[in-house]
Amino acid sequence: MAKSIEISDLDIYYGDFLAVQGVNMSIKARSVTAFIGPSGCGKSTVLRSLNRMHEVIPGARVEGKIAIAGQSLYDSAVDPVSVRRMIGMVFQRPNPFPTMSIYENVLAGNRLNSKKMKKSEADDIVERSLKGANLWNEVKDRLTKPGMGLSGGQQQRLCIARAIAVEPQVLLMDEPCSALDPISTSAIEDLIHELKSDYTIVIVTHNMQQAARVSDETGFFNLKAAGQPGHLVEFNSTQKMFANPDNEATEAYISGRFG
Amino acid sequence: MSTITEPETNDSGSPLDTEVPEKARKHALGDRIFSGLSFTAGITIMVALAGVFVFLFIEGYPGLSVDERFYRPKTDFWSYVGPLVFGTTYAAIIALVLAVPFAIGIALFISHYAPRRLAGPLGYVIDLLAAIPSVVFGLWGGRALADQMKPFLIWLEDTLGFLPFFGGPASVTGRTLLTAGVVLAIMILPIITAISREIFLQTPRLHEEAALALGATRWEMIRMAVFPYARSGMVSATMLGLGRALGETMAVAMVLSASPIVTLNIISSENPATIASNIASNYKEASPDRQAVLIATGLILFAFTFAVNFLARYVAGRSERRMAR
Amino acid sequence: MSTTTVTTDAGTLRAGTLPSWAPLAVAGLSVALGALAWILGLSVVLAVLLAIVVFVVALPGWSLAEKNRRAATDRLVTALIWTAFSVAVVPLVWLIALVVKEGFATLSPEFLTYSMRGVVGDEQGGLYHAAIGTLLVTVMAALISVPIGIFTAIYLVEYGKKNRLAKVITFLVDVMTGIPSIVAGLFALALFVLLIDPAIRWGFGGAVALSLLMVPTVVRSSEEMLRLVPDDLREASYALGVPKWRTIAKVVLPTALGGIVTGVVLAISRVIGETAPLLVVAGFTDSVNTNLFEDRMMTLPVYIFTQYANATEKGYAYAWGGALVLIIIVMVLNLAARLIGKIFAPKTGR
Repeated sequence: MAKSIEISDLDIYYGDFLAVQGVNMSIKARSVTAFIGPSGCGKSTVLRSLNRMHEVIPGARVEGKIAIAGQSLYDSAVDPVSVRRMIGMVFQRPNPFPTMSIYENVLAGNRLNSKKMKKSEADDIVERSLKGANLWNEVKDRLTKPGMGLSGGQQQRLCIARAIAVEPQVLLMDEPCSALDPISTSAIEDLIHELKSDYTIVIVTHNMQQAARVSDETGFFNLKAAGQPGHLVEFNSTQKMFANPDNEATEAYISGRFG
Repeated sequence: MSTITEPETNDSGSPLDTEVPEKARKHALGDRIFSGLSFTAGITIMVALAGVFVFLFIEGYPGLSVDERFYRPKTDFWSYVGPLVFGTTYAAIIALVLAVPFAIGIALFISHYAPRRLAGPLGYVIDLLAAIPSVVFGLWGGRALADQMKPFLIWLEDTLGFLPFFGGPASVTGRTLLTAGVVLAIMILPIITAISREIFLQTPRLHEEAALALGATRWEMIRMAVFPYARSGMVSATMLGLGRALGETMAVAMVLSASPIVTLNIISSENPATIASNIASNYKEASPDRQAVLIATGLILFAFTFAVNFLARYVAGRSERRMAR
Repeated sequence: MSTTTVTTDAGTLRAGTLPSWAPLAVAGLSVALGALAWILGLSVVLAVLLAIVVFVVALPGWSLAEKNRRAATDRLVTALIWTAFSVAVVPLVWLIALVVKEGFATLSPEFLTYSMRGVVGDEQGGLYHAAIGTLLVTVMAALISVPIGIFTAIYLVEYGKKNRLAKVITFLVDVMTGIPSIVAGLFALALFVLLIDPAIRWGFGGAVALSLLMVPTVVRSSEEMLRLVPDDLREASYALGVPKWRTIAKVVLPTALGGIVTGVVLAISRVIGETAPLLVVAGFTDSVNTNLFEDRMMTLPVYIFTQYANATEKGYAYAWGGALVLIIIVMVLNLAARLIGKIFAPKTGR
């Protein structure tokens, strides 16, 4: 069910401000693609444009084309709600719904869309999603407890379970480990490895080791200069990126000589 | 209407929701109903407020020029409403003079002086004052406080009788403008306290510590760091209290036996009425003409409190902008 | 009030500092003096004033004698501030004690279940009709103002996002907060006089007037609560492909529910004691009326006022009884508001 994504000539504006310019890349299905780059270079903005979440910010708009399996996301007739059902997202900070139990959190995507389902079907989805998120064994005895009672890393895995419960084709992750401790981080990274076989995953990260560990391909974003829009400097297989990048700026950033 | 484009759904089916076009349409409908409802609610508020002006004007305007017997003991509207405006302002000012020092003291007490653990519950005690209905304050003012005020009024007349405010003769019932002012002061105390307290608590910790580190006593620190920061907030809180005091009806109506006169004396039994208390005590025998006169005075009260509240918000807003910079 | 922070160095650092029990001792002395004066026949007001003066003179005076001007000024202000608080508590305690004492004397099963219809001379009357009226008028007011208030808050937080209209509405809500209650009553009166009948007095009019007073409170508290809901949750919901209205209805509102309900209950407790608007537009009567849309309707605050205005011993007694019932209702609502806030608060416990 995983699908590939084609981005061509993507410009993203906040009001009159051009935040990201001229991005072209093709993201392969069933692979992990990492976006790296300094703060403010637009990598999260590009990620959010992939499921139209940037529209939540007033005045944000997109020019250019993003297509998933050949269908353009920004056709005037496309419903952003269905885009988001097809392309799930996990956020920087874990954000389980505080009024819901663990069980209800996993089903939130289905329930909130008022999908009718039998109890056994719902139980199946919860178990499958939690297993998919490597959380089942830890929470199976307290599914009715509030999701907020879990640890940070568990909460983040709950959010991943919630995202995959609606069976998306692509999973976007916006610095999913930046609020977590190293042990929880490694649990999430293991999970990303496993999820890769079913989903197309795009992850934004500040941590280059993480990009090197989890991703198959890496895109390096940078600002052309202070005050200028961000752009995609280099997009290559992760191996090549970290061993022998084509671009000098990439090498400087990766080796820590940023400038 | 709104600048955001969030999940404003499209009605037409799309390649992406070919499987569930029905559902997309339902989303769109739900969104339209929900945003429509909340938009309507907002508009209702605008309409209601406009309605207050319009209806008071329509019903009150004839009251400006009815037969002169309806303005008894005066003969025309403006000489009728003049003393009432005076009484309203005077009572409110007495209340402010009494309440503001206390309110600021209490706010400081809760924000800077009280032991940390007690500050919360003590703040709640003051909020309790705000919860007591005005009619109960009126009952207490008329039946209990007035009685206890009598010796104090006599003492004021004896010691400070040379001032126009305490000229006497001291009322034998204790139902004087001063008593009403005390009740009003207690009633506006919570709002002034609550706002000042919030602002005092927002004083940047660094400023306070800087002052203390220079060897300032606690009071000197408050004068150096807290008051300059909170000044406009305190002004705004005072004005909001003023607005409250101007419009308060029952406490005054129940404490005072009022007549439409102009006097500075606040301890005698001859007391100016306020607009609100005058309406409350005269609505009973309200013939349509009389009713129109009362509504017209109500319109003036509304304009008056509106101006005061507007000014209060303006002062508060200006300070907010200054702080933001 | 730590005055003895340094205990090891009894030399220069402590010089002239009053012992830590000083304020308490002076306060005790002042209160004792005041109480004595009261027992000796001084009025409460004067006795309290005396105690205050003694306190705010004695404590700084002592400090001035022991240390210096700056310390004495600090003492003076501290004394004034403690006094300000204590004095403010006096009327609260006095009022509540009096209402409880006088009110209990009146309270009886008959008082709670009789109306004032046909009550003459020594016959026992009650406030049943007023209690019914207050209940109906308040419920009606809540039915009108709660939806308007909550939906307006939703508009301001979720849809308006700082556009021109939202700013105008926010400003108007501020203005509404300052409307004197009697003006709200006159508005309802003018409205229905114009639309229906010049001599109209009915419970529904009272409910409209109370709504005008209640709406701004509900908008304010709901708005505040909705703004407290983290944007993370909205984003999480959008990212699951949930349309905006369902996100608001199923994620945002439930998260803010505790706070919103607390705000609504507090708003009710605020308007349930309003007298002036009901006096003007709902009128008063001695009989039970259960129809909001016909005839005058008595309410508790107006009952207290009219009984007080009768200026008879019996009337005063009824007024105190009514005041006790009203205060109990208000306090129960306040307490309920706090409890509800606690119960509905999102659970984080494991």
